[in-house]
Amino acid sequence: MSATGGTYNYTVVRQFAVMTVIWGIVGMLVGVIVAAQFIWPDLTFGVPWLSFGRLRPLHTNAVIFAFGGSALFATSYYVVQRTCQTRLFAGGLAAFTFWGWQLVIVLAAITLPLGITTSKEYAELEWPIDVLITFVWVAYAIVFFGTLWKRKTPHIYVANWFFGAFILTVAILHLVNSAAIPVTLWKSYSAYAGAQDAMVQWWYGHNAVGFFLTAGFLGMMYYFVPKQAGRPVYSYRLSVVHFWALIFTYMWAGPHHLHYTALPDWTQSLGMVFSLILLAPSWGGMINGIMTLSGAWYKLREDPILKFLIVSLSFYGMSTFEGPMMSVKTVNALSHYTDWTIGHVHSGALGWVGMISIGSIYYLLPRLFGQTQMYSMRLVTAHFWIATIGIVLYIAAMWIAGVTQGLMWRAVNADGTLTYTFVESTKASMPFFYIRLLGGTLYLTGMLLMAYNMMKTIAGHKAVDAPIPAAVHA
Amino acid sequence: MDINDLRAAITVVSFLTFIGVVLWAYSGRRKEGFDRAARSVFEERDDVHHGNAKR
Repeated sequence: MSATGGTYNYTVVRQFAVMTVIWGIVGMLVGVIVAAQFIWPDLTFGVPWLSFGRLRPLHTNAVIFAFGGSALFATSYYVVQRTCQTRLFAGGLAAFTFWGWQLVIVLAAITLPLGITTSKEYAELEWPIDVLITFVWVAYAIVFFGTLWKRKTPHIYVANWFFGAFILTVAILHLVNSAAIPVTLWKSYSAYAGAQDAMVQWWYGHNAVGFFLTAGFLGMMYYFVPKQAGRPVYSYRLSVVHFWALIFTYMWAGPHHLHYTALPDWTQSLGMVFSLILLAPSWGGMINGIMTLSGAWYKLREDPILKFLIVSLSFYGMSTFEGPMMSVKTVNALSHYTDWTIGHVHSGALGWVGMISIGSIYYLLPRLFGQTQMYSMRLVTAHFWIATIGIVLYIAAMWIAGVTQGLMWRAVNADGTLTYTFVESTKASMPFFYIRLLGGTLYLTGMLLMAYNMMKTIAGHKAVDAPIPAAVHA
Repeated sequence: MDINDLRAAITVVSFLTFIGVVLWAYSGRRKEGFDRAARSVFEERDDVHHGNAKR
């Protein structure tokens, strides 16, 4: 393997990889603070900028777009270069996506506590920031698809299909849902009204889950699981089929967020049916990832990175079973507006998205700094167990709290009056709020270990850009 | 013909397209190409550090 082809662009990968860990800590810390506010509502001394209503969107934006987004940028830039055996297209634009994305995050961290919000969930940022996001995203698409275009390999590896679908779909979602009429620099009104606005919002919202938080991370899975396991993906044809099944079905699942609302009944049922169908492609991906290890299960015992990757797939399978179940209208009647939803989201976010990202970043960091492995693999193992226990505590607590709330809210006396007041259901949830806080704190602790491990891995080592192999072996 | 016929038609066409994708992916002729694609991530080794410091 000679290095006549120059080197890969690892600079932007390094930047995003490091920021993944930093933003992960920030976003999860805010999460821990809002979890504590459930127990001590006066925790932030009544300062309006730090009230729950303002910190909560800061938490969701930070973990999804800052932590998850940085992980997606880092891994997609790495994977697309390695699998196409060519340097990243338009390095200047790639640098712009890094600095532009960081600016978006900083602006979010300023505007959200100030109460500047569109009030659309996961799309809270006001229109000037939305415009900046659009520029960054177009640059991202040019860099990614440009790299695919100039690839030296005959085939576009499946991970890139998932990354590509994620980039393309998020562009469409962002443009449609963020369409708004600006009235001042920091205030705009949605281009849609009433039930249509709600439907557009949840078409966006659920596809943000489907494409930002699923397709992109499946891209990670299809590269890093085979690489870390040292085995090719279990079934390549299954990856093709479940890719297209996801693409064809995810778009229709959004209405399950609006059961029993002003949305037409048939639309709700349609959303429910498509959500049920989604189980098949989701489990296709999970099975494909986990079975990649078949015949090499022993590696799971020794390799903490593989533990992260495979356990993330177990959580993916769990939450994509739970999701379709919760989309069934009768189940939703119990679960909706309760903490069950919060538990479901975190089984996907901490379990699937978090762990696959953490595993992938542990794979990347040493390679980006000329090392063979992280400074301490024992710390990686410790991180794995602390995070896993944290997740289990978190989601189990929210299941119990959620079902308790749902049952108490629907309980009626013989004369038709409500059996419980709302505050009684809050009181019943209190012990579980403590357990949730403990679970979240454990998960955050794991991230702090990761940051220390990262620092020690980087310290005293030069950044290394791997050479591009000269010849292509088809 | 009202717009709902068009909507139904698109649903049917999408479904048939998907069936087409499944048949294509599982046809015997594709197997070799897919196997090669699956192994392609191992064509270059990145598990050892190449030692060339950043230029």
